[in-house]
Amino acid sequence: MRASGVVELRVPARPEFLQLVRSVVGAAAASGTDLGPDQVADLRLAVSEAATNAMEVHGLRGLTDRVVVRCKLSDELIEVEVADRGPGFDPDAVPSLPPVDSPERLQHESGLGVSLMHQLTDQTIIESGRDGTAVRLMINLRDSAGGR
Amino acid sequence: MLLEFHRSARDPWVVLAIFGELDMAGAPRLRQAVVGEVAGGNNRLVLDLSAVDFIDSVGLGTVVGALRRVRAHDGDLILVCSEPRILRVFEMCDLDRVFEIHADVDSAVEATGRV
Repeated sequence: MRASGVVELRVPARPEFLQLVRSVVGAAAASGTDLGPDQVADLRLAVSEAATNAMEVHGLRGLTDRVVVRCKLSDELIEVEVADRGPGFDPDAVPSLPPVDSPERLQHESGLGVSLMHQLTDQTIIESGRDGTAVRLMINLRDSAGGR
Repeated sequence: MLLEFHRSARDPWVVLAIFGELDMAGAPRLRQAVVGEVAGGNNRLVLDLSAVDFIDSVGLGTVVGALRRVRAHDGDLILVCSEPRILRVFEMCDLDRVFEIHADVDSAVEATGRV
């Protein structure tokens, strides 16, 4: 069964709301698409990465705005947009991590989120400016055979 | 649910079995637990992720930080994990090449043979 529509969440930028974001997006994807459990898990992880970055920037900047998570379903696509009101960043300038066989690698506890989002989705688009960042995570439904 | 731990000793290893979701909400508790163990002189740790339902890059980063911390004290850290979805996240980040990962605690402790 597939459904069309939009599910929107506006959550406080606090880590304890991450689980709610994952649950809602996971439920929308599982009930409104033919995606299989592994694909839904991938989407939940990608969304969690985007929402984590959004909450982190709101926390660092002391922003009280809510983080907006908008899940759009159509016949062809599931798209989840995560929008924050942070000062933006250059997604092409995210530094790469040292090689995993280098002792230096252990000095880095962050820096994996953007790479994971790209790996977990068919397309990830990051639009960032001075008024905020919107991350759009897309999974094509036409060629997904996971649930059939 | 909040991240919870079950602690046991398998001399010379301390096993921390982790229950819950290892994300930005849960990771600080793991960091705190590892800091506490190392401060108490326990720098050979087994982190049992068998009951971890979810891990993301923040959780991975915390596990990387735990490895760095124990190694800084001449210790070591082994992971236990057999859940494909959790393992896959390590693999996607190439961290399966950084950590020694075993399927269960017994094989982890026995395979090391290190004292």
